[in-house]
Formats: sequence, C-alpha cells, structure tokens
Amino acid sequence: MADLRTTFAGIKSPNPFWLASAPPTDKAYNVVRAFKAGWGGVVWKTLGEDGPPVVNTASRYGTLDISGVRMAGFNNIELITDRPLQVNLDEIKQVKRDWPDRALVVSLMVPCVEESWKRILKRVEETNADGVELNFGCPHGMSERGMGAAVGQVPEYVEMVTRWCKQNTRMPVLVKLTPNVTNILGSARAAKRGGADGVSLINTINSIIGVDLDLMAPYPVVGGKGTHGGYCGPAVKPIALHMISEIGRDPECAGMPISGIGGIATWRDAAEFHALGAGTVQVCTAAMHYGFKIIDDMVDGLGNWLDAKGHARLDAIVGRALPNVTDWQHLNLNYKIVARIDQEACIKCGLCHIACEDTSHQAITASKKDGDRHFEVIDKECVGCNLCMHACPVTGCISMVEVATGKEPLTWLEHPNNPMRQAAE
Amino acid sequence: MTDASAVAAQRLTADELARNFADIHPPLDRKRALIEASRCYFCYDAPCAQACPTGIDIPGFIRKIATDNVKGAAVTILDENIMGGACARVCPVEILCESACVRQTQEAKPIQIGALQRYATDWLFDRKVHPFTRAAPSGKRVAVVGAGPAGLSCAHRLAMRGHDVVVFEAKPKAGGLNEYGIAAYKMPDDFAQAEVAFILSIGGIRIESGKALGRDLSLAELRRNFDAVFLGMGLAGVNTLALEGEDMAGVMDAVAYIERLRQAPDKGALEIGRRVVVIGGGNTAIDVAVQAKRLGAEDVTVVYRRGPEQMTATRYEQELAQTNGAAIKYWARPVRLVGHRGRLKEVEFEYTQLDEQGRLMSTGDRFVLLADMLFKAIGQSFVAAPIGKDSAEPLELAEGRIKVNADRQTSLPDVWAGGDCVPGDDLTVSAVQDGKVAAEAIDRALRAA
Repeated sequence: MADLRTTFAGIKSPNPFWLASAPPTDKAYNVVRAFKAGWGGVVWKTLGEDGPPVVNTASRYGTLDISGVRMAGFNNIELITDRPLQVNLDEIKQVKRDWPDRALVVSLMVPCVEESWKRILKRVEETNADGVELNFGCPHGMSERGMGAAVGQVPEYVEMVTRWCKQNTRMPVLVKLTPNVTNILGSARAAKRGGADGVSLINTINSIIGVDLDLMAPYPVVGGKGTHGGYCGPAVKPIALHMISEIGRDPECAGMPISGIGGIATWRDAAEFHALGAGTVQVCTAAMHYGFKIIDDMVDGLGNWLDAKGHARLDAIVGRALPNVTDWQHLNLNYKIVARIDQEACIKCGLCHIACEDTSHQAITASKKDGDRHFEVIDKECVGCNLCMHACPVTGCISMVEVATGKEPLTWLEHPNNPMRQAAE
Repeated sequence: MTDASAVAAQRLTADELARNFADIHPPLDRKRALIEASRCYFCYDAPCAQACPTGIDIPGFIRKIATDNVKGAAVTILDENIMGGACARVCPVEILCESACVRQTQEAKPIQIGALQRYATDWLFDRKVHPFTRAAPSGKRVAVVGAGPAGLSCAHRLAMRGHDVVVFEAKPKAGGLNEYGIAAYKMPDDFAQAEVAFILSIGGIRIESGKALGRDLSLAELRRNFDAVFLGMGLAGVNTLALEGEDMAGVMDAVAYIERLRQAPDKGALEIGRRVVVIGGGNTAIDVAVQAKRLGAEDVTVVYRRGPEQMTATRYEQELAQTNGAAIKYWARPVRLVGHRGRLKEVEFEYTQLDEQGRLMSTGDRFVLLADMLFKAIGQSFVAAPIGKDSAEPLELAEGRIKVNADRQTSLPDVWAGGDCVPGDDLTVSAVQDGKVAAEAIDRALRAA
C-alpha cells in the first residue's frame, strides 16, 4: 500500500491523521486509546498558564441535525483543559516516551505577554513533545480574556506571539488560525512573517447552533442561558477547504506547511484537504461522534485510493488540485454542458423538474410517456447549472455532458460584455 | 377425538387470545416516525398522492411529521379523508400509495405511509381535538343512509358546509365495516367507535340507528322530508356456494362470523373448528382464515378457484394468511359437502384450470379435505330491492349497483350515492372519497337552489 508516512514541519507521524486539540486529546487515557486505534498523532488539548485551572460548564455541546443525520454540524462552549498544568505535562511526557513514533504536539494558550509564553514553552520542552500549536483561534470564553481568537484576529499580534515563541523554543511552532476573519491571508501571512513552521486551520467558527424554543435560549443551554460557541463538524468543511486553498495559492505563504482541519470524517475528506495543500489533517468531531475506530477506514481508504491512482506516497497528491483553483474571471465562459437524465435510473420523483421549474430555467418538462411520469431536459433552455443533478436523489441518474460549441475558450477578461476587458493584443 | 370437540369455544387462554387479537401493526413512536419521515423525498406532484383515492397530500403531511408539526400533518390528512385514522389501519397501501412510492422503485422499500398517517392521526385523536369548524347554518337538511365510511364521510363534509344531517343506520352501532367487518387485529381497542365519536364531534350530525332503508324507511319518504339524500348502504347480501347441504351445521357465512367476532367481548366465546376450510379469494377469506387460526383452529385452508394473481386479496394479505399458518390452495373449487348427522365432515373439491378461451373449467381431478367448519367468503352483493325497479322511486343501476355520475349523483337529481353500493372497488378509502365528493356536490346543489 502507498506510503502514508508524513514529515510535517519536521514532525514525523506514521500517517497524516492527527486528532485535533479538543476533548479527545485532553488526557493520557484518551490519547493512548487513540494511538492504540492507529491515529498518527495528536495535538494535546490546549494547556494554559500554571495556577487554578479554568472551569467548564454543563452542558457544552450543541448540534445541527439534518433530516435524521446527527451532528452534521457541532458546536461547543468548552474552554481549554480544566486539569492542572503539571498533570498534563507529566502525562504528555509519559505518552511520548511510550509512543515515540507518533506525533505529539501540544496546544498552548497563555496571555499575550512574552514572559508567559517563554515560561510555558520551557516546561513543554521538558516533555519531549514534538512541537507546539499556538491556539489563536478559540472563539469563545478565552477571547474575552485577551487570548485565543482575540489574538488570532489581529495579524500584528499573531506575528508578535509567533516570533516570541520561535525565539524561545527549539520546537517546531504551528499557528492555529481562526476562521473568524474576513480574509485568512492576514493572519496566515503574519504567522509566516513571525517564523511559524506551519499553520493549522480552521479553528471553530463563531456560532449559535440553535435556539431552544421552549426555554427561549440558545443551545447549549446552561441553566437557562447560552452563549456563542465554536462551530465545527462536516458542515464546515467547505469553509476550511476554501481557506486552505487561499493559503496554498498565496505566493507570500508559499512553502508553509498546512495542517488541515474542519469537518474531516473520512479518507475522502482528507484526500480533498491534501489535494488543496494540507500536509496533515486533524480530526475531532467525527471521532467524538463515532469513536477512534474510524481511523481504520481513513488509513485503509486513503492508501487504497492512492494505490488505485498509482501514487506511491501521500506527498504525491499534496497540493495537486491547487493549480486548478483560480479566480472566477479566469473561467472559460464558452464551456457548455447540459443535463442528461438516465431514464432507466430515474425513479420519477420529479425533484429535478420542480427545482428547475420553480427556481431556475424551466428546462425540464414533466409529462406522461406511455402512461408513466416522464421528465426530460430541454437542451436549448438548459444553462448547465447542475441544480437538477444535485436535487436528484439517485446518484448518477442525472449527469452533465459537455456540448461542443466550436468556440475558443473565452474568459470574462476578454468577454465583449466586460466594460473593462483587456483588448486582445 | 369426538365429534363434539371438533368445533369448540375457548381453545386458547385469555392471554393467548389477547395477544392474537392485539394490534397487528403496533404504531410508530416519535423516534421511528421521524426516521421514516426523513426518508421521504418530497416528490413533485407525488405519485403516492396520485395513487390515493382521496388524494391526500402525502409528501405534505410527511414533511410536517418530520418537522414535528404533527397537528398540521393530521389536519392535512383529515382534510381530504376524515377517516384517515381507519384508512391508516386498513388501506391496502401495498397496492395504493406505497406501491407508487419512488422509494419502492429505487430500493423496493417504500416509505411506510400508512404507519406515518396513523402516527399523525393518533396524535390528534389522543388529544381529542376536532380541527374543523362548521360554516354558518344553511338551514338545509340532508338524509344519509348508512353510517359506514361513505355515509359518515358525506355527513361530516355536509356538516362542515353548514348543513344539518340525519344518518340512518340499520345496525345498532355506526361505523359500518370498520365496526363490523374489518379483522379484529387490524382495528383493536374500539378504534371504530372512537373515530365515529371524532367525526360526530363537529356537531350537526344525528345518528338514528336501527333504521334500515326498505324496512323502516323509504327513499320517497326521505326525499320528501329532506333537501337531499345520500345513499351509503353497504352490501347486505352474501353469495352462496349453491351446493347441497349448505344449511348443515359447520357451514358458515364468513361475514356474519367476523361480525360476531368483532362484537364479542370475549373472543374465546366463539366456537371454531379444528379443521377449517375457507372458500374465496378476497380479503374476507383472508380475514376469516387468519382469525380462525388466531382463535385456535389447527388446520386452516383457504381454497380459491383461480391463482394468486387473480385473488382480490393482495399479495401482502395472502402472505399474512400464510405466515399465520393458514394454507392457500389455488385452482380448486368445492363440489360437494359431506356431512354426518347434520354436521359438516368433509368437503370435496375439483381442480380447476383455464381453457383456451380463458374460461374456468374443471380438470376432472378431485380431492377431499376434512373439515369441521367451512367459511363461505365468496363475495357480497348489493341488495337493490329498496331502490330497484320494483320500488316506488327506482334508481338506475349499473353493474348491479346504483349508477352514479362523477359527482356521485344518481338518476334522481336530489339523490346521491357512494361506497360499496355504487360500482367501483370496495375499499374504505374509496367510500370516504365518494362521500366527500357527493357532499361537495350536494352543497353546491343546495346553495344553487
């Protein structure tokens, strides 16, 4: 099977699947179970300054369930570890000693003072952990105290703290980025300038996951009240993929390793992150939903897929899709496709028709043929938008087929309708 | 074993009987209903709704179940079919809505529409809510003959439209076949009467029981005393085998037996044979066969003169009989009843086949089944005498039943009819549709007058 071993910012792991800094990595018991299950690495749940630990609430989680699918989206209001610093450090040291081949990265969040970072980095180094991840992303609870997203949203702070850390440790420094910004490149470039060895993203998205209509309070409800929390799970994957590709495409960030996070539940999700430039991936919600055993298929599936594609190593696909990520203005406006309905596969639900009829281009007729319901594409009305294909509940029933237009590729930049077009030389 | 024990009551314990006559399809709880509802694709112009004789907006009510708008779901159902609760239990969904479900096409596993319909209607019934209100009084009075599904559906819709209705019912209780004819395990816990009470709770409907057309009332009298008449009589006649010895002990009419079973507070009080033969191929044959097994009969054999495809009992019903331990013998018909001292002992059959013209004929081979009891379930017939050509104001007939147009209007302009007494399939759901369509037509006619 293809070689899944990774070296990420100098940190080695037997496969690219790490558990993200979160409840599953809060203590040795869980982490050892994860390693036994086959996970390639963990980012230990965020440690804070020495002293009285933070206190967490009950409850802590809320979910977005869609048509019977549980935890399609997930949010939490849990803070950093609520266990004493020394207990965590002792466990980290022991786990690293027992599992030398696995990546063990420690997530950190301390006040925005160099001395605080210096102090904790020294203590982490003593554990022989493989690296640190600076938690500049947590959107709730800690940002009110000037930590987490409060730092991550300000590029100057990101750069400054990253630099402090680089100056005060020999360990690789990963910077975990918050998605709660308008442009991820601000903080990504700042991390790079500060000397980061890599970035991890996305952290959770600021969210209210839902409202309890009886209690008239947001979920998760804590004694009648709720607060905004961090949103993650399968539903956030598209946001993460976009942000990763933005960094992957950015010349200023070129070469900076990316650890992809956000809704990864299967090897297929992981492969997409790798294709957009992620060197490793981090998983949390899927493990919290199904347990650590999901790693079996993630490793096996990714390996089999790489084999099927003829790749000997995972590295071969990292960033492979990036050249095809472009700006809208570079898309070929003369490329034409139309929908084709496989009448044999069609179950006559009519969803393609009503989607097109009510909300799009009136390009699918509903009629009777030999007494049966019959749905047919009107090619000249079809704009090739794909809506019908997505609404169709039968996989593969509707496909989009290319129509030869005989025209040369034409982008908006050259299009006659573009008032600012660049005249062809 | 003596002759005396060949037919006996109390073959099973009270516990066994309670189990055997409990709900055959226990209701979906909320969790299961939500899972099932989430499977619905919300089809455009949905095939299931097209296949429903009452045209219930099935995707509409399922979506409401999925969003926990259960009251809304129930109203969507009852708005088209006021007996949605009964139909959820007795409809042959496998040949109606569920057969049309696109999930059936896709994965041979349709949405459980009947079960979801029951979930929604049960929810409303449990809360004793009547969601419909009456229009302003019209001052018109309508007579309805028969308090079965057709008559009650018509009466309810008329009451909604502001008319006052008197329903004349020959039997002591309202409900028609839901009360007297449906197999006990399909409608346990006195559901038929609960549904009647629900329908009547709209107000404006009075039931006069013990009043039969042709015996206690005449059509002429009803036409004189009311602004319109709806006839919703069922099928009062039963077909006979036309064999010698049909009057001997042990030869029973299935419809009458099921009626006794439905009304018996103690099912064990009914006598049942050890070896039971059922003649017929409809749902009544299946119902009596299954119930005979569930009363403790040892051997039950349904004998039908044609094949499984021709049986009017659906494939599901045939399999229900078989899984209950009844055998079905196709392609045979009875030719001789053999008795001893006035009691049935055996039945002789001949094998049948179709000739080249497709006519049923004997193969010439015969066989004998030992039988303590034989149930005739070979169809019911419409008794036309009270409204037929010999009555004072005869109605035109078609196929031996009352002829009606699309509005369910008869040959007399102020008389409408529906249910089993008009041509068409003899389904509860069709009867409800007849009553509803007729009520709307009556309303239009009365307002135009």
